[in-house]
Amino acid sequence: MTAARTLLRSWLPPVVAAVVIFGGWEAVLAVLRPDGFVLPPPSEIGSAVAENFDAIITATGVTGFIIVTGLLAGVVVGAALALLVTASRAANETLTPLAVAVNAVPIIALGPIFNAWFGLLSPRSNQAVVVVLVFFPIFINTARGLTQVEPSQIELMESYGAGKWRIMREVRIPNAMPFFFTALKLATSLAVIAAIVAEYFGGRQDALGNLITNSAGLTRYDDAWAAVLAGSLVGIGLYALAVLAERLVMPWHFAARRPA
Amino acid sequence: MSDAGPDMNDQAPAVEIRGASKIFNPGRHNEVKALEDIDLHIDQGDFVTLIGPSGCGKSTLLRLIAALVDPSDGTVLVNGKTADAARLDRDYSMVFQRAGLFDWRNVSRNIELPLELMGWKAADRRRRSAEMLELVKLTEFARHHPAELSGGMQQRIAIARAMSFHPQLLLMDEPFGALDEMTREHMQNELLRICSETRITVVFVTHSIGEAVFLSTEVAVMSPRPGRIAAVIDNDLGPRTDATRDDPAFFSNVTAVRDALRGGH
Repeated sequence: MTAARTLLRSWLPPVVAAVVIFGGWEAVLAVLRPDGFVLPPPSEIGSAVAENFDAIITATGVTGFIIVTGLLAGVVVGAALALLVTASRAANETLTPLAVAVNAVPIIALGPIFNAWFGLLSPRSNQAVVVVLVFFPIFINTARGLTQVEPSQIELMESYGAGKWRIMREVRIPNAMPFFFTALKLATSLAVIAAIVAEYFGGRQDALGNLITNSAGLTRYDDAWAAVLAGSLVGIGLYALAVLAERLVMPWHFAARRPA
Repeated sequence: MSDAGPDMNDQAPAVEIRGASKIFNPGRHNEVKALEDIDLHIDQGDFVTLIGPSGCGKSTLLRLIAALVDPSDGTVLVNGKTADAARLDRDYSMVFQRAGLFDWRNVSRNIELPLELMGWKAADRRRRSAEMLELVKLTEFARHHPAELSGGMQQRIAIARAMSFHPQLLLMDEPFGALDEMTREHMQNELLRICSETRITVVFVTHSIGEAVFLSTEVAVMSPRPGRIAAVIDNDLGPRTDATRDDPAFFSNVTAVRDALRGGH
């Protein structure tokens, strides 16, 4: 009974919101009847998904692979860099400006250049764009979480004779977890954007980015929207996974905060 | 007089500081002379408070004893060895103004933290943690998360954590400074009870005259810029009860400490 109510409470609002948004969208377009290239109604996008189902599934698989692998690699690079600059002053002084400089490059603009490095039709260049775009928010947030520790907690560990590595493990890393997961949630949508935009410039021809540009080029805007929808779903799924991981990794953060 | 552990040097005083000074950022534009020419002798079993206005270096002096800060000059001995050797031997334990419990550990595992660092077995750790929870009378909160406890309870857990490995010396840096007056008096009573049960030596930093006189056997009054010990006042009020707070002897010692603080300016 209560479990069902909790489920209802958490699912009902987004479902209602979706019904209102898509229903309103459909209704407004039914009244205004704009040209198809402006905005197709959800029902046409739905039928476009049904018609091109196999191509969309393939494209989602291809692009999804790029997104997930690029995201994971970017997270590993960003987190490792954060650990490194926190552990070593020399690393901080050399690598942090470098990371800032790399981040300042308009990374999407590197797409065509990466194509030249990795081959025009290779997904490697798309993955590279995702990695470069994702690592920075992970790096900068995690590094902040690793350093923004209550000073007395560090003194406490030192008073117990704990060394640098032990302090890293017992204090800094757990302290950085909320920062890391905030960045991870941001990075999921960044990864989707990076992969699809990178595909506009090259990579595999059966990916979502190409599906969007090709469909739009042939004025099949409902097909383009169907591909956009698939990309959104990948983004939502990854975001949900990040939220789930956050809850599993740091249950303490969600423990009821009620003073006894 | 001391209640010595088996491997403790009975002859050595708990703390012996001779001619210690501390200069932060020496030679730079932001150079600060925090402590100058400090001599301090603390016997085993004493309860000594360091009192003084903000910036008098009392917290720095405590960190000198803890070997968290190195003296620029002079010597600091704890249990007859260098402060750093005492730190690595875990001769002392610290309690800070902020309880500093780790959110990611429940109450019991917070108390076990120093024992984990010392490599204790899990079963021994749990047994000791239960004993400590009993000592601070919070047994039923073992599985709670720190965020679920009030400020006073968190500080009691911090004291339990500090006492968990039975250190000989407890260093407390304004531990009750963030608590309301009622909770504060309760915590003072609790601390004295715990001290009498364990016969531990305490060095206690505060800026409250009443707190210093109520708690300690000796009050070291400090003066600022640079921090010096202006006077050490004997504060023998016998066993403390709530009635001590209304005792004429208590008030006359409060006056003596206040006068010494004024003289320090």
